[in-house]
Amino acid sequence: MAYTLLGKNFTPPDIRGKVTGKAKFAEDFRAEGMVYCKLLLSPMPHARVSNIDVSDALAMDGVVGVLTADDVPAMEGAAQAILTNNPHYVGDPILAVAAIDETTAADALEKIRYDIEPLDFVLDPLQSLYPGGTNAQVKGNVANAGIPLQELKWTARDFASADTDQFPMTGKAVSEWSYGNLEQEFSAAAVVYDESFVTASNSHHSMEPRSAMSYWENGKCFLFGSSQSQSFMIPGLAAYIGIEPEDLVYIAEYCGGGFGSKGAPYPIMALPAHMSKKIGRPVMMRISRAEEYYLGSNRAGFQGRVKVGVARNGKVTAVDLYIVQSGGPHGGFPDFNSAAGAVSICYQPNAMQYRGIPVLTNTPPGGAQRGPGQNQIAMVMEPLLDKAARELGIDRLEIRRINAPNNDTIFGGRQRSVTSAYQTEALNKGALAFNWEQTKKRSGERNGSKVIGVGIGQAYHSAGAAGFDGLLRIAPDGRLHIHSGVGNLGTYSYAATSRIVAEVLHCKWENCVIERGDTRKHLPWNFGQFGSNTSFTMSRSNHAAAMDARQKLLEIAAAEFGGSADEYDLGEETVFSKADAAKKLTYSQAAQRAIDMGGKYAGHEIPDDLNPMTRASATAIAGTGLIGVAKDNYALDGSPPALAAGFMVIELDTETGKFEILEYNGVIDCGTVIHPLGLASQVKGGAVMGIGLASTERIVYDPQNGLPANVGFHQAKPPSYLDVPSRLGSDAVDIADPQNPMGIRGMGEPVMGCAASALICAISDALGGHYFNRTPIVPDMIINAIAGREQSHKPLQVYTF
Amino acid sequence: MKDPTTFFSGSSPTEADEPQLTRCRSSRRAFIKGVIASGAVAASSAYFLSGCTPGEGPAAGSVERLISLHINGKIRRVDVLPNETLAMTLRYKLGLTGTKLACDRGECGACTVVIDGVTNYSCSTLTHTVGARSVRTIEGLEGPDGELHPIQQAFIDELGPQCGFCTPGQIMSTVALLEKNPRPTREEARRALSGNLCRCGAYDHYLNSVMRAAEVI
Repeated sequence: MAYTLLGKNFTPPDIRGKVTGKAKFAEDFRAEGMVYCKLLLSPMPHARVSNIDVSDALAMDGVVGVLTADDVPAMEGAAQAILTNNPHYVGDPILAVAAIDETTAADALEKIRYDIEPLDFVLDPLQSLYPGGTNAQVKGNVANAGIPLQELKWTARDFASADTDQFPMTGKAVSEWSYGNLEQEFSAAAVVYDESFVTASNSHHSMEPRSAMSYWENGKCFLFGSSQSQSFMIPGLAAYIGIEPEDLVYIAEYCGGGFGSKGAPYPIMALPAHMSKKIGRPVMMRISRAEEYYLGSNRAGFQGRVKVGVARNGKVTAVDLYIVQSGGPHGGFPDFNSAAGAVSICYQPNAMQYRGIPVLTNTPPGGAQRGPGQNQIAMVMEPLLDKAARELGIDRLEIRRINAPNNDTIFGGRQRSVTSAYQTEALNKGALAFNWEQTKKRSGERNGSKVIGVGIGQAYHSAGAAGFDGLLRIAPDGRLHIHSGVGNLGTYSYAATSRIVAEVLHCKWENCVIERGDTRKHLPWNFGQFGSNTSFTMSRSNHAAAMDARQKLLEIAAAEFGGSADEYDLGEETVFSKADAAKKLTYSQAAQRAIDMGGKYAGHEIPDDLNPMTRASATAIAGTGLIGVAKDNYALDGSPPALAAGFMVIELDTETGKFEILEYNGVIDCGTVIHPLGLASQVKGGAVMGIGLASTERIVYDPQNGLPANVGFHQAKPPSYLDVPSRLGSDAVDIADPQNPMGIRGMGEPVMGCAASALICAISDALGGHYFNRTPIVPDMIINAIAGREQSHKPLQVYTF
Repeated sequence: MKDPTTFFSGSSPTEADEPQLTRCRSSRRAFIKGVIASGAVAASSAYFLSGCTPGEGPAAGSVERLISLHINGKIRRVDVLPNETLAMTLRYKLGLTGTKLACDRGECGACTVVIDGVTNYSCSTLTHTVGARSVRTIEGLEGPDGELHPIQQAFIDELGPQCGFCTPGQIMSTVALLEKNPRPTREEARRALSGNLCRCGAYDHYLNSVMRAAEVI
């Protein structure tokens, strides 16, 4: 279908602020009388703090207050508190001091006296599962979303059941599902691989640390924070602050990177609100880069084992997967479960068994990071597919086509269907751009000490949700105000999905205003901006509101000129009679009529099924124009997927273990493309992050003292300009999804995982098919593999250099 | 007790740490020398900030001195502490918050400003060392009537930024590059901007922006 706006590039309204420096991020706000707070962080990975004496600190000139764990809500179960007397990782905030400047606040921290008793700590999940192993929390070692804090130990027999270098498969799991006849499929398979693996935890490295500023005015709490999401933040943040959601004014117009770590409310953001309430002054909390590494969040690490059976024709027939997740002291995100779902949809084995345990560790809090689970497991699974292809004599592209998910795919423990899936098309499009048939011949090509490796990678993430609200207003001046509560994590999808409203209502983009980034803009209840969902979810709810406004425009015209609504149509910012084009109202006139008519037209009557936040926002703007407001009640049958394929060539130096990426092409299957430049930027930017995930980024810990070794960019190694090719290729399948009014699905996460797994496969290919059992693959691992030496880490060891 | 944010930082700065700093006039070593020369005492805090609140003087033990800075073509009089970085002066005393702090230790380039035509990490430049040199920040690029600099327009046209936090630094590095080398190759642009990290990974689109700007300038 031909659209006027969708599928075309545009200038997002927030980009001018980014290139002029006028964009205000959390730390750019100021308030009259603002003071600064600094945090006292735990020097120990697990400890008990007592006898805190703040009197000397409070007596200092310029110190205005101290906030301790007693001043903030206590958390239940394994949940993370804003401040704690029972720190669970090095850098866990114990208390905060506010002063007229940061130097004074920092000096005051030195004057605080407290007792700190070290407790046993654990970094390695398998050690915590040992009989008698240490628990990361006093009350247990296992917890996650929906899994209450508990103690779980495997038996000595479980550990003895496997070789010491292998992951034991008999221990009790807390999360499991299976389908099909596993035993039968394995025995019928032509090849079976059984590999233990470790995927490292890595930091999010958002460029903007999670600074925040807050003050109170007329009973309301004003909070300026850094978050990917907007409306979705409100209920949780209000709970952290201890107020009703309607008493929170949350401002987050820009977010300097989140990548999952700022998608949902996080405790430390509420600290300046508590401090400000206590001392009666605005409080700025600047988080340093080192602090961001301590108390920001990390992608979960995996220890696991996968057994894969492949039939002679290349079809993956059986998978047995066990994952133990290292998710920090509070459980983190359920990456382990997501990984299993990804394996199921990417290869659709006839039989699959999955088991998993989220083990607590005394490391920074775990959090969702772009493709949480899906992207780690892509790096484990894709090279195994290559192994099967080589052994069975099947082309590596072909074996992926053979297993590619399509419209008939059923996946996961609940055997869900998909809304649509075109991974074969993604592979074909990528192969064409990459010239696969020719390029694959370069595999193993040598130039002195250098050797060429060629790899294909794939990844998946779910790509949308349903049931959120849309809200818009046509003002008497004729301008269309699109209220978006989704947030702004930097992809411009808030704007691209707002254009759907303009498309449906035949509005010029120049006449549209996006209301966003501030509670006071009267925003609807929208899902958070994470999980590759925005394009699908927001396009549905915006479409619903636009269709509501459309119907109201037609009815207003019918009331003005007679006849029924279906005798009218929209075009060029007018509503007109199909029979007599002279009978028309401009949107400006229609908005005034809506105000005059009142009722539903002006937002005085609104649907009953709206979320209370949307109801409040719609009610607040009622009477100011024509109000379009609706909940997304469109049918949703099955899961909308985002699927991606990446193609990469590298030149690996066998003497140094280093490599250069010569070419990369990524293709995404995400339904209709609505913003080509934005999509290209995501495919390429995702690839850069994927390259870091596969080859440089990992958290390293000192096992003796539980101290993190990388608390700066230089040590934690996100890729720079020089680590990636200066040009990257991107494309999209661009086939509409039937369960979105505009055919749109999300796309943000698998574009990272496909590049990460393509790089793993390319490294493996350069080394003749060596399987590494560990990510990231760093140069010394490559050198050891080439020399046939043992690796410097034990096979299941975690947090290694 | 010591603040763990510095106590456990894991490594001390060495010259080997800073290949990306070689193009800057003030190296980390010079910065540290400057701190020592200015008589500042190294405290455990990563930040030194004072006197930003109306009606309240600087913290005890530190002395601000009134100096003149040449910022974006204007002379700005400002009270500066001996150990104050240019990034803090710009952001907290002059209201120029377009210059971002992302690492505050010379690793990422988000705070890049141009001093006498050369890119500098303002987080690692002591304000007192700037003297009469001309400082340009992102706020100094727009024309008098708010018209965008061609580089800014190119960054919009190519959808250079994603989240936008590193963008002012990327643009200031581009300003310095194109003044010195108006027709760079893509590889030269890549090298020139290599001291500016972007976690969104928008490098390709940033380079497209630089190359487009080079065409129109």
